[in-house]
Amino acid sequence: MVSGPLPTGGDIHGHDHDHDSGHLTDVALRVHALESLLIEKGYVDPAALDAIVETYETKIGPRNGARVVARSWVDPDYREWLLDDATAAIKSLGYAGRQGEHMVAVENTGAVHNLVVCTLCSCYPLPVLGLPPVWYKSAPYRSRAVIDPRGVLAEFGVSLPPETKIRVWDSTAEIRYLVVPMRPAGTDGWSEERLASLVTRDSMIGAGLAIDPRSLAAEGRA
Amino acid sequence: MNGGQDLGGMMGFGPVVAEPEEPVFHADWEKRVLALRNAAGALGEWNIDMARHANETLHPVDYLSSSYYEVWLKGLEKLLISRGLATPEELADGRALQPPKPIRPPLAAKAMIEALARGTPYDRPPASPARFAVRDEVRALNINPKGHTRLPRYARGKRGRVEKVHGVFVFPDANAHGLGPSPQWLYLVRFSGAELWGRDGDPGLDVSIDAWESYLEGIAG
Repeated sequence: MVSGPLPTGGDIHGHDHDHDSGHLTDVALRVHALESLLIEKGYVDPAALDAIVETYETKIGPRNGARVVARSWVDPDYREWLLDDATAAIKSLGYAGRQGEHMVAVENTGAVHNLVVCTLCSCYPLPVLGLPPVWYKSAPYRSRAVIDPRGVLAEFGVSLPPETKIRVWDSTAEIRYLVVPMRPAGTDGWSEERLASLVTRDSMIGAGLAIDPRSLAAEGRA
Repeated sequence: MNGGQDLGGMMGFGPVVAEPEEPVFHADWEKRVLALRNAAGALGEWNIDMARHANETLHPVDYLSSSYYEVWLKGLEKLLISRGLATPEELADGRALQPPKPIRPPLAAKAMIEALARGTPYDRPPASPARFAVRDEVRALNINPKGHTRLPRYARGKRGRVEKVHGVFVFPDANAHGLGPSPQWLYLVRFSGAELWGRDGDPGLDVSIDAWESYLEGIAG
């Protein structure tokens, strides 16, 4: 087995090497052959390949989205702009590009909790969240988010009051959705930067909540 | 197509397992697949809808038993073969057995980074007025095309309400098959959990999809 099947949640076994023998796995060899061929044929530039990896590994990630959320928490005008024209509001902070061309931001409230999924593939707002986690692309999440979102949320340790409605956004087109989680209580007067540290990737998908600083204090981390 | 990719509402896959402190990649080959998909996609030999269709035309057993980067790998191999850019023998050998196809040159690193940062907008100027408006009641058609579609099975035949008019966008069902962008109005359509899932639906659930105009019919009222 070179990788775990989707039914158990994805490819966390997809290592390069078989640890018993040190040999490259079949899939790693297959990818190596593909890359060698495309370079030899002149279809791809090796430096461009490295640049793509570097971009997604180090430049784009959920810290971008956290800055957007924190700004919306402290700046009512920005919040209004974000909810009205997320593409422009997000671009004003420097985040734009592939798979973020058409953004919509949806805000969690006490009345409605938003959850984003792509049941048909793996659509995800890359410029604000980076590459999606394995679970987001997995069959369990894609199959159940639309029919049993409360059950899915429970697996993330999120239990909502029964009166809170759930709104699931299935990303079936080129619109990409960013969830704005609720600002935790006890954060009055916090700086934007400090607030951003409470905004997790999962909270911007809707699979989690922003970190409650009281829970950090209880763990002795704040 | 009703393929292995259309997962909404299926059962039996088990719990969602999130990995704490998950790394961006789990193996070097995943990085290479991501880079190769992006770099090869920039050659202009196929579009994003063709690429998605290549993934979803994997045998459902293969699709569902592959990790997502493996799906991308297999889809990319299919695209290269179908466009005459590589042969199965070349992919197996990892070396060229035929001269390259004369196509546009690849993007260099700087141009690639700029292309990623620029993105590819899919909206188009309207050529005709939108048929539906916010608050209109609509029904998603019960269609079962053999080709690419972005109307998930769970929404077909279901009644919903237009919540937003997104604008005019490239139509994947045509674009995936070389029929051009064929842009159409795109709507945010909201369905109740009860409409989608009957008495098994969560009474506090609404689900929305983004639906092109030709997926929808109006409901008089």
